Amino acid sequence: MESVTPPILEFNKTCVSYTKQTMAVKYVSAAIDKNTITAIMGPSGCGKSTLLRAVNLMHNLYPNIRVDGEILLNGENILSMEPIDVRRRVGMVFQRPAPFPTMSIYDNVLSGYVLNGIRLSKTEKDETVERCLKSVALWDEVNDVLNKKGTFLSGGQQQRLCIARALAMKPDVLLMDEPTSALDPIATAHIEELMQELQNEVTILIVTHNMGQAMRISSKSMFMYLGELVEYGDTATMFSNPSDERTKAYLTGKMG
Amino acid sequence: MDKRKIRNRLAKDNALLWAVCILATLTAVPLFAILGEVFLRGYDQLSWTFFTEPTPTAYKAMVAIEAGNSIPGGIANGIIGTMIMLGMAVVVAVPIGILCGAFLAENPKNRFAQMVSYLTDLLQGTPSVIIGIVVYIWVVVPMKGYSAIAGSVALVIMMLPLIIRSTEETLKILPASLKEAGLALGGNRARVMLKVQLPAAFGGIFTGVLLAISRVIGETAPLMFTALGCSFIRFTIDKPISAVPLLIWEFFNDPNLQELIWGASLFLLLFVLTLNLTAKYLAKKWNQ
Repeated sequence: MESVTPPILEFNKTCVSYTKQTMAVKYVSAAIDKNTITAIMGPSGCGKSTLLRAVNLMHNLYPNIRVDGEILLNGENILSMEPIDVRRRVGMVFQRPAPFPTMSIYDNVLSGYVLNGIRLSKTEKDETVERCLKSVALWDEVNDVLNKKGTFLSGGQQQRLCIARALAMKPDVLLMDEPTSALDPIATAHIEELMQELQNEVTILIVTHNMGQAMRISSKSMFMYLGELVEYGDTATMFSNPSDERTKAYLTGKMG
Repeated sequence: MDKRKIRNRLAKDNALLWAVCILATLTAVPLFAILGEVFLRGYDQLSWTFFTEPTPTAYKAMVAIEAGNSIPGGIANGIIGTMIMLGMAVVVAVPIGILCGAFLAENPKNRFAQMVSYLTDLLQGTPSVIIGIVVYIWVVVPMKGYSAIAGSVALVIMMLPLIIRSTEETLKILPASLKEAGLALGGNRARVMLKVQLPAAFGGIFTGVLLAISRVIGETAPLMFTALGCSFIRFTIDKPISAVPLLIWEFFNDPNLQELIWGASLFLLLFVLTLNLTAKYLAKKWNQ
C-alpha cells in the first residue's frame, strides 16, 4: 500500500565520490517517511556516514567530493539549494560529542541562532533553552549550572546537549552519525529512549554500527554494502527475514 | 642471549645519555652567564626613579660621577616610547595577523594562500635592519621626520609573521568536528570562524601575540631608522621617540652614561622573560 503523505526525504540515484575513479555511495534510492526513525547499517567503509553527510551538504566543505543524483527534502532538491538553508532544516549530531568548548551550556543550546545571526529576546532565549533541554531530558540535571561550560558535562550529557543544540533550530530532519559509539551503555540507553520520544517532532536518520540498537529504535532500516543500498525495509522484517544474502550474512555475523 | 652484546649496548646507551646531558648543559651555560652578568651589574641601579625619570644629560651624569654619587635619572622616556610604539603595533598587527592566519588555515590548497604563506616565511627571515631602512623610505621620508608612527610600522611588519603563523597553527590543530558542528547548525564560514573557531583557539593565538611582543620589544636596528630616540618623556606619535633598546645603544655611546646600560638591559631582559614565561604558562594551561 502506498503511504498517503509524501515522504519528507527522498534519495534518488544519489552518488558520492571522493575521487574520479571510486564511488563511495552508488545510486542510492530510498524514500523516508515523516516522523520515523530510519537506521543505516553496514560494515565499516560501506558509505553509511558518507550518505548521511550528503543530506546536510557537509561534502560541500571538501572540494574534491562530488555528489550526484538528487536528494529531495519535502520535494525540493537539496543539492541545488544554499547549504546554509539546508543545514538550518537538517540538524546533525556527530559521533563524538562536540559542544562548543568556549560556550556555556546555555549558549551552546542557542548557538544555532547566534551562528545564523538571529537575535532573540531574553524570554525567547530562556524559553528555547528550557524547552530544548527538557526535550533531551537534561533540564533537571543542569538547570542550576547553565552558566558552566558545555565541556564540564559527562560524555552522555554532552551528547544530549548537542542534540538539544540541533533541536533548537527546529529542524525537519535530524541526522545522527553513530551518536552513541563514544558513550557507555547507560548513556546509550538514555539517548535511545530520547530518540523514541523525539520522533514525534523530527524525522531521524541514524547511522549505527550496533545492530541491537537499530532493532530497538528504528522502524525502517537500510543495509549498505560497498556503497550500495542492498536492502531497505521494515526493521522487523529485515532482521527476521532478510531478502538479500549479504544482509543475512551481516546480520548473522558472518560478515562485518 | 650473549651477555657481552647486552653489556655493549648498555654501555653505548650510557655514553649517549652522558653526551646529551653534557651538550644540554653547554647550551644552558651562556644563557645563565648572560642572565648572571646583567643581573649582577644592573640590579643596584633599579630603583623607583629609574622607572619614573627620563635619561639624565651627560653633564648631570658627569657631575654626579665626579661627586661619587650614582647617576640620577632613569629610562622612563624609553619605557614610555616602547609602550606607545608597541601598543600601536599590537592594535594594528593583531587583527590583520589573525585574519590572515585564519585565511591560511581555512584555504590550505588555495594558490594565493600558499603564496602568502611562503611570503610570511620570507618576511620572518628578513633581517630587521632591512625592515628598518625600508620603513625609513616608506614612512620617515614622506612624513619628513622620524616618529613613533614610523617605529610602530616597523614593529608591525616584524610581528605579523609570528602572529599569522601562530594563528594558523592553532586553528589547524583544532578538531575538525568543531567547525563541522558549527556549519551543520547553518552558520556561514565567517560566523563559525568568529564565534566558534577563534574563541576555541584563543589560548594559542594569545600565546603567539605575547611571543611576538617579546620578539620585537628588544629590536634596536629598525627603530634607529624610524623612531630615532628622544631624551625626554614624550607622548606625541608624530615626533621622534625613545625606546628601551635605543637607550641601551645611546648609553653605550656616551662614556658618562655607560653605567645605565645594565639597569636598562636588566629591565628589558626581565620583561621579555616574564612575557615568555606567561606565554608558556598559558600555552600549557590551554592545552589541558
